[in-house]
Amino acid sequence: MTPGTEVKSAPAGPGEDGPRPLRSAALAAAWRNMKGTRSLALVVLLVLLAVFGAAYPDNFLTAYNLRSVAIEAASYCVLAIGMTFVMTTGGIDLSVGSVLIFSGVVGVKVMSALGGEGPLTLFAGLVTTMATGLAWGVLNGLLVTKAKLPPLIATLATLSAAGGGALVLTNGLDLRGVPDSLVSGLGFGRFLGIPYTVWLAIGLTIAGAIVLGLTRFGTYTRTIGSNVEAARRAGVAVDRHLIKVYALCGLLAGIAAYVNLARFSTTTVGGHTGDNLQAIVATVLGGTSLFGGVGSVLGTAFGSLIPAVLSNGLVIIGLQPFWQQVAVGAVLAGVVYVDHVNRRRRTLR
Amino acid sequence: MSTPSPADPAPTGPAPAGTASVGPAPHGATALATPVLELSGIVKSYGQVQALRGAALTVYPGEVVALVGDNGAGKSTTIKVISGVIQPDAGEIRVDGRPVTIPDPIAARRLGIETVYQDLALAPDLDPAENLFLGREIMRPGLLGKLGFLDRKAMRAKADEAFGSLGVGIQDTAAQVVTMSGGQRQGIAVGRAVNWADRVLLMDEPTAALGVVQTERVGQLIQRVRSSGVAVVLISHNLPFVFEYADRIEVLRLGQRVARLSGATATSENVLGAMTGALTFEDASDPALTPADSEEQS
Ligand SMILES: Nc1ncnc2c1ncn2[C@@H]1O[C@H](COP(=O)(O)OP(=O)(O)OP(=O)(O)O)[C@@H](O)[C@H]1O
Ligand SMILES: [Mg+2]
Repeated sequence: MTPGTEVKSAPAGPGEDGPRPLRSAALAAAWRNMKGTRSLALVVLLVLLAVFGAAYPDNFLTAYNLRSVAIEAASYCVLAIGMTFVMTTGGIDLSVGSVLIFSGVVGVKVMSALGGEGPLTLFAGLVTTMATGLAWGVLNGLLVTKAKLPPLIATLATLSAAGGGALVLTNGLDLRGVPDSLVSGLGFGRFLGIPYTVWLAIGLTIAGAIVLGLTRFGTYTRTIGSNVEAARRAGVAVDRHLIKVYALCGLLAGIAAYVNLARFSTTTVGGHTGDNLQAIVATVLGGTSLFGGVGSVLGTAFGSLIPAVLSNGLVIIGLQPFWQQVAVGAVLAGVVYVDHVNRRRRTLR
Repeated sequence: MSTPSPADPAPTGPAPAGTASVGPAPHGATALATPVLELSGIVKSYGQVQALRGAALTVYPGEVVALVGDNGAGKSTTIKVISGVIQPDAGEIRVDGRPVTIPDPIAARRLGIETVYQDLALAPDLDPAENLFLGREIMRPGLLGKLGFLDRKAMRAKADEAFGSLGVGIQDTAAQVVTMSGGQRQGIAVGRAVNWADRVLLMDEPTAALGVVQTERVGQLIQRVRSSGVAVVLISHNLPFVFEYADRIEVLRLGQRVARLSGATATSENVLGAMTGALTFEDASDPALTPADSEEQS
């Protein structure tokens, strides 16, 4: 893939009435939504890859290492796809990490209760984690629309509640009982050399990009973020749509929970406190506006590689991995600043 | 289109008889018609603020009514009541003589009422076609459509056609609305409402951001809409524009209708006097000048 050159060749602004060969209006519109900060995500990503790759090619550019980067990024990506929809409506979901853990706990409990390693148990676990995530998402949506809490507060509340709930359910001790077949299958399995979890993230990215870019659901998502009153006056059922969007985000957190169980073969109740921030960073880096109205799932997929590359590369360089969090914070501030300036410039026309 | 409702064959509007000289509409035929839209006794309060205190508005089929009034008189509030954006605390709305409730914007749309809002109500991050079709998207045929896939190509083509035929000058209908000038945005909002209206078109200051040429174009658009049989309610602070295009003028002051003037006989003095309260029409022998609501308010 040569995304860098593609970005350059896409003409910007209203003057672009030149030949637009082989590109349907839909693709053009989708493309337009991805420009801006997404090209920034790609630039940052390519620079990071180049720097780490050039500095430590023997450590960084190995199949093993790149695979572990991709697995890490895939986890962020699944959460960040849901975050992309939420943020495109102008909202935010801080609860994704906690919902992930809570859903995983419930999933393990169900799978342990059923026992065995069979596909039925695994399937029951998947359905449970997804349903649990969905339920938390619906709750977020209800808090935002019916209780009219600001998304930041509503999802901060569920962040706390779901995190605490997971600890209550487990007494603070990680649960065993993840079927080995799940760990060896989804957790470590590969197809064409690429881990299943990465395939899953790729598939969800494509699906998410199609939904956001080509469907009415996606259009309403962007409209609500762009001008909620315009959506309302056009007869869009805004509350119902927002509930669906938060539910989708919760559902994806449930899927991520299942992947998490497969990767770590335990519930990791003490972890994932930074997942919400990682997902937000990936989303914003990918070109989704913090102010709503503009979103790109494809950009998010690129964006979610950045935190993963950073943490991996910093370790290889020999710095403490904690620097990753510092770097992510700095990148987040920088990208939102750029977004903000862009927005202001556009509206000052 | 404006067949009188059988439920209400004899509307008790402003008695049309005897008002031939300054009748409610310039077209003799419509002077006798049932109002296509009639509001009476509309009350709307926001906390302590009484935006509408028994407001009224009468619109006959195929006419252009200007709704004028000072800032804060309640014009936009009236429009929002008709378009289902807000619910009145009291009052009655009739469409073609039939009492209706308009609980939400979809209800207004079903009645063939479309609105150009004062704030335009456009989604700036969407393109003009998406804005035009907002809430009534064209779906792909077959299964894909059922799955929620949009027929963007059809929407884009129809949008090009609609904006083109309405004379809304947009170079690139695929660009986001936010990148367009204030006048172009207003053109999109006007074009959207004109495109869908088939009974009443409500325009809340449609020319506020427009230059001379574009204002003229909106005027022509208004005439075209009227000649297609759709009634227009025009809100504007631009009195020369009002005088040029309105068949009748209704004046709103402090949330009440205080005067109804025929476009032919109205003078700026009359209108300004009614707007500011300097002139009252209580003594008017001419029924067309009578504030029909003066009894209701006491
Ligand atoms: N959402 C609201 N909350 C509180 N008060 C409101 C609201 N909307 C309107 N009002 C009040 O109702 C009154 C009428 O407002 P409205 O917008 O209808 O006036 P207008 O005639 O359209 O004025 P303008 O010519 O300035 O557009 C004003 O006093 C306004 O402050
Ligand atoms: Mg107004």
